[in-house]
Amino acid sequence: MALLEVKDLHTSFFTDAGEVRAVNGVSFNLERGKVLGIVGESGSGKSVTAYSIMQILAGTGKIVSGSIKLDGQELVGAGEKVMKDVRGNKISIIFQDPMTSLNPTYTIGRQLMEAILLHTDRNKQQAWDRAVEMLRLVNVNEPEKRMKQYPYEFSGGMRQRVMIAMALACEPDILIADEPTTALDVTIQAGILELMKDIQSKIGMAIIMITHDLGVVAQLCDEIIVMYAGSICEQGTADEIFYNPCHEYTKGLLRSIPTVEGSGEKLEPISGTPIDLLNMPKGCPFAPRCDAAMKICLRERCERMEINEDHAAACWMNVRKAVKGE
Amino acid sequence: MSTNNHSEQPIIEVRHLKQYFNISTGFFQSRPLKAVDDISFSIREGETLGLVGESGCGKTTAGRTILHLYKPTDGEVIYRGKPIKTAKDIEQFRTKATMVFQDPYSSLDPRMTVADIIGEPLDVHHMYKTKEERREKILELMSHVGLNSEHAARYAHEFSGGQRQRVGIARSLAVNPDFIVCDEPVSALDVSIQAQVINMFDELQDRLGLTYLFIAHDLLVVRHISDRIAVMYLGRMVELADANEIYDRPLHPYTKALISAVPVPDPKTARENKRIALSGEIPSPLNAPAGCPFHTRCPYAQPKCKESMPPFEEVEKGRYVACHRTAEIN
Ligand SMILES: Nc1ncnc2c1ncn2[C@@H]1O[C@H](COP(=O)(O)OP(=O)(O)OP(=O)(O)O)[C@@H](O)[C@H]1O
Ligand SMILES: Nc1ncnc2c1ncn2[C@@H]1O[C@H](COP(=O)(O)OP(=O)(O)O)[C@@H](O)[C@H]1O
Ligand code: SF4
Ligand code: SF4
Ligand SMILES: [Mg+2]
Ligand SMILES: [Mg+2]
Repeated sequence: MALLEVKDLHTSFFTDAGEVRAVNGVSFNLERGKVLGIVGESGSGKSVTAYSIMQILAGTGKIVSGSIKLDGQELVGAGEKVMKDVRGNKISIIFQDPMTSLNPTYTIGRQLMEAILLHTDRNKQQAWDRAVEMLRLVNVNEPEKRMKQYPYEFSGGMRQRVMIAMALACEPDILIADEPTTALDVTIQAGILELMKDIQSKIGMAIIMITHDLGVVAQLCDEIIVMYAGSICEQGTADEIFYNPCHEYTKGLLRSIPTVEGSGEKLEPISGTPIDLLNMPKGCPFAPRCDAAMKICLRERCERMEINEDHAAACWMNVRKAVKGE
Repeated sequence: MSTNNHSEQPIIEVRHLKQYFNISTGFFQSRPLKAVDDISFSIREGETLGLVGESGCGKTTAGRTILHLYKPTDGEVIYRGKPIKTAKDIEQFRTKATMVFQDPYSSLDPRMTVADIIGEPLDVHHMYKTKEERREKILELMSHVGLNSEHAARYAHEFSGGQRQRVGIARSLAVNPDFIVCDEPVSALDVSIQAQVINMFDELQDRLGLTYLFIAHDLLVVRHISDRIAVMYLGRMVELADANEIYDRPLHPYTKALISAVPVPDPKTARENKRIALSGEIPSPLNAPAGCPFHTRCPYAQPKCKESMPPFEEVEKGRYVACHRTAEIN
């Protein structure tokens, strides 16, 4: 049994303009100790997938159907008491902007200690020691002194590391990181990614890494999910996704970024504009922008198909290849 | 993109440029924040010079000071051999040098139509005689950036990020500039849209013979678009070289660390890469350390690095580095 099993998840926002199907039939498993990357353009449903797992959807957002099992326990419909325990002790989340998630009026130490006291049964002294230990773990220098400082006295990179310390303080089984390094510089970002990987291997937690940066997933992830318009279009090991992409959107994404070799050739952009979830096309959601689109793509959405045991994709091209025996 | 159709004649020369901001530190007390501290370089006509460095190191300030959107604290900018000094020089320079901003969401006024956004610089600089001429000019600018005439009457907030960035670029082209400072023009865009805009910068350069100072933090994007790359650290320039050279063989310790940290979109390379980890916090530009600004984090630092500032010197043909130990460590 996988640690986390998400099955046919549908999450919508019920806005004045109509139902926005932000997540539209997402399924995946996450094994203990693994790093799963979720990539896709903005608005593709990455964050809403994460917020659905945590059940922290904003405003009119609602899980419409589907199942989310943690260690075999069903979370959809489980009620607030269960979810409090999940959020406190089993799954932690790091948000993109550390400034909005730290309270500017309390010291770093107080905020860390509160998280620890709330989620573990340590006393005050033990919580203090643990907080200092966590700060040291995330490479904040002079942790005892730093405990007494306020968020504004920290640089962006340090605040982000404090957020990670806070998320790890309750030793979660799963850490969800929603674009945790987007706002940071590459030298700092690299440090934080290494740190996460390091801690992950030490305490054996699983990570869901949400990002639009293909470099970050290549660096960190065992497995990758590519999302488009609320659905998974492709899923596989990092090597399968990068070296054997089997969905036209993934292929386009990989062609549109400059390569490491820096050939100097023109980039090949994906044409058209991002999807409007209120006006979804009937067939494949990527069809309006897809250079390879066929007639069937406009009529019918392609089901997910196994490419091999490490790889699945939902693109009619694969069906065509299979039929033609290519 | 590395094209070699530019001439040797510099279009812009920057000499010992400084930009200090006064920051108040208490009652009647203030201290200079040295956002840009003595940078010198030149850009050749038709060239793209990339400018990289971590957040807050002074890239935007450098761009704005070169354009005289900020009055330089010291130093000078020379445009086609002529120093920019008087108010009249600045006004003329503004029709030759413009800026494209990072954030296509906030840099455009949501209450203005696309035609008015693009037409505003034409109005300011009196660049047409008749209404008809203004209209034609606007439509021509829109076609340069791949917008069609039916977009003219619409409002910026009705557009996607990529389209808004096109509007911003059309606006910066309105005065017929030959030099454009592009400040993180694709950072706010989705990966799939970035390539469209990057290609457009390339095409406009070929078509209109533009020269760019291209600021960005994505090193792979910068290398793709630039002929040469300059690296800044804490208000100073630490290295300047050919784009591929600097990427393949960085000489300055900070550049080495920066390039080793680039998350490469290729799992095999990522597994093999050895990152140069930097310890130590980034000093604030309000308290820049004495000596080499990088010595607090530099793995090669020696006592002399704390004492004297390394000069920014040509160490190989066309290659500038500011480090006391360039010869020993490379
Ligand atoms: N108007 C101003 N008044 C005071 N300080 C300023 C001002 N503008 C910039 N600074 C300071 O100058 C330094 C350089 O800022 P600048 O905006 O040039 O950085 P940057 O390299 O463009 O960073 P980023 O990558 O985050 O855009 C920073 O410490 C910044 O806080
Ligand atoms: N609070 C909300 N109200 C209405 N729509 C929302 C809300 N949050 C997200 N959405 C919509 O859900 C879709 C997916 O969003 P999100 O998961 O945040 O995308 P991303 O992949 O960038 O993380 C988008 O169309 C977004 O506009
Ligand atoms: S299913 Fe058709 S339209 Fe969709 S990505 Fe594949 S080829 Fe393109
Ligand atoms: S001068 Fe010294 S501290 Fe500065 S980069 Fe060179 S070796 Fe490092
Ligand atoms: Mg998001
Ligand atoms: Mg800037």
